Amino acid sequence: MAPETLQPRADSALPEQAMAPQPWRIHSVRPDVASNEVFSWTLYPEPGVEPGPPPAPGQFNMLYLFGVGEVPISVSAITADGGIVHTTRAVGSVTRTMQDLGPGAVVGLRGPFGTAWPVEQARGRDLVLVAGGIGLAPLRPVIHAALERRDDFGHVVICYGARSPGDMIFRDELEAWGARDDLDLRITVDRGTAAWRGDVGVVTQLIDRGGFDRRNTLAMTCGPEVMMRFAAASLERRGLKPEDIFVSMERNMRCAVGFCGHCQIGSQFVCRDGPVFPYPVMEPAFRIREL
Amino acid sequence: MNELLAILEDQPFFADMEPEHRRLLAACAAKLNYPADTRLMRDHEPTETFWLIREGQVALESPLREGCVTFQTLGPGDILGWSWLLPPYRASYDARALTELHTLRFDAGVLREHMEADPAFGYMLMKHFSALIVQRLQAARLQALDIYSHGGPGHGT
Repeated sequence: MAPETLQPRADSALPEQAMAPQPWRIHSVRPDVASNEVFSWTLYPEPGVEPGPPPAPGQFNMLYLFGVGEVPISVSAITADGGIVHTTRAVGSVTRTMQDLGPGAVVGLRGPFGTAWPVEQARGRDLVLVAGGIGLAPLRPVIHAALERRDDFGHVVICYGARSPGDMIFRDELEAWGARDDLDLRITVDRGTAAWRGDVGVVTQLIDRGGFDRRNTLAMTCGPEVMMRFAAASLERRGLKPEDIFVSMERNMRCAVGFCGHCQIGSQFVCRDGPVFPYPVMEPAFRIREL
Repeated sequence: MNELLAILEDQPFFADMEPEHRRLLAACAAKLNYPADTRLMRDHEPTETFWLIREGQVALESPLREGCVTFQTLGPGDILGWSWLLPPYRASYDARALTELHTLRFDAGVLREHMEADPAFGYMLMKHFSALIVQRLQAARLQALDIYSHGGPGHGT
C-alpha cells in the first residue's frame, strides 16, 4: 500500500483566514545556549486577538517581524495558560533581528500550520524520538505529551545528538528527563570536552543500542536531513517498518498554506502536507541531490 | 557455556548467526569485568581480543602529544575491537573504560584459526565485522560533516 501523507488538523488555520498576522507579545525570552544563538520566546496574544486552535505537537507558526520579514518556526511548547513557546536559532536576517527583541515587543503570528506528529498513533506502543541539534525543539511537545499521559505508552526512548555539550538546548529539562525512571534519555555529542562524561559520537549509535520492541514501536526524528536519513536507516536496521518512522522537514516556507510553492518537494508542499511526513513519503526525496 | 550462549542469542550482533557458529564463539568467550579507567586497548599495540560490552561505557581515544581526544564512546550491546581481524593485528586507537565494565571477552587469536579452518564460519564472521566497520566509518563521516552547524528544522531564515 502506498504511504499516505498525514492530514493537517481540521481546525488548523484555513487559507482565507490564514494570511493576516495577529499581534502577539513576547512575554519572556530565554537563551537556550550560552551564546544566545538559540533562544526561546514565550508569546501571548494581544487583547482582542482571538487565538487560533492550540498548536498540535509538530505544527509551526509563521512569525512576522514588522518591516523585516516572516519565518516559519515550530512550536517547542505550550504553557498551561495558553502561551506559545517558539525556539529559534539565529542564522539569517530575520532570526538575527529576532535575537535582539526582548520582553514586551510585539510580533505578528499566523498559524498553526501543517501536520502534527502522530502521537495518538503511538498509544500502546514504544516511542523512539531521535533529535539532532535544534531538532529537539519540534519534538519537545511530543515529550511533554508522552509525560502527561505516560501510561499510554510503552518504553519512551529519547536519543539526542548535539554538536558539543555547550550546544545542547533545554538543559534543565534534559536533566529532569534524565533523572526519571520512566524515560530512557540518551545524549551524545560530536565533540566532547574535558569535562564531558557522556557519550561521544553520532546520534544513530544511540539507536543501535535498542531498548524498544521493533514490532511495536513508532519513531519520530527531527534534525538535519542527513541525520534523519541515517537515523531512519538505523531504525530500519533495528527492525522498524519504514511506515512506523516519521520525519519533520524544513524548507523555505513562505505562504504556509500550500499556494506559493516555495517549499515544494516533488508533489508535496512541506507547509501544508508536512512538515511531519511518514518516512516512505520523503525517502525518495532524500535520495535526490540538491533537492 | 549455556549462559554465554544465552547472552549471545540476546545481542543483535550475534542474533542472526547459525547456532553452531554462536556455539563456537561462546567457546572462545569469557565473562570479564573491569574497573573504571582500565585501558583495554592501546594504540599500535598487538590485539588478539574483542569484547561485547554488556554494561558500562568505553571511550575510544586518539593519543595526541597533549593528551587523548575521545572520538567515540561505546556502550551496552556494542562490540569493541576489530583490529584483530586484519594484519598487522594492532590497535589503531586507545580504548579506556569510563565506568565499571561488564563484558564478554573473546579470544580472537583462536577465532582466527577457526576462521581459517572453516571458511563458512570465517566468511560469516568477516561479514558481521565488515558491517560493523562500515557502520563505524559512516558514523565517523557523519561526525566529520559537522551537521549541526548549518540548516535543519527550526533554524528559520
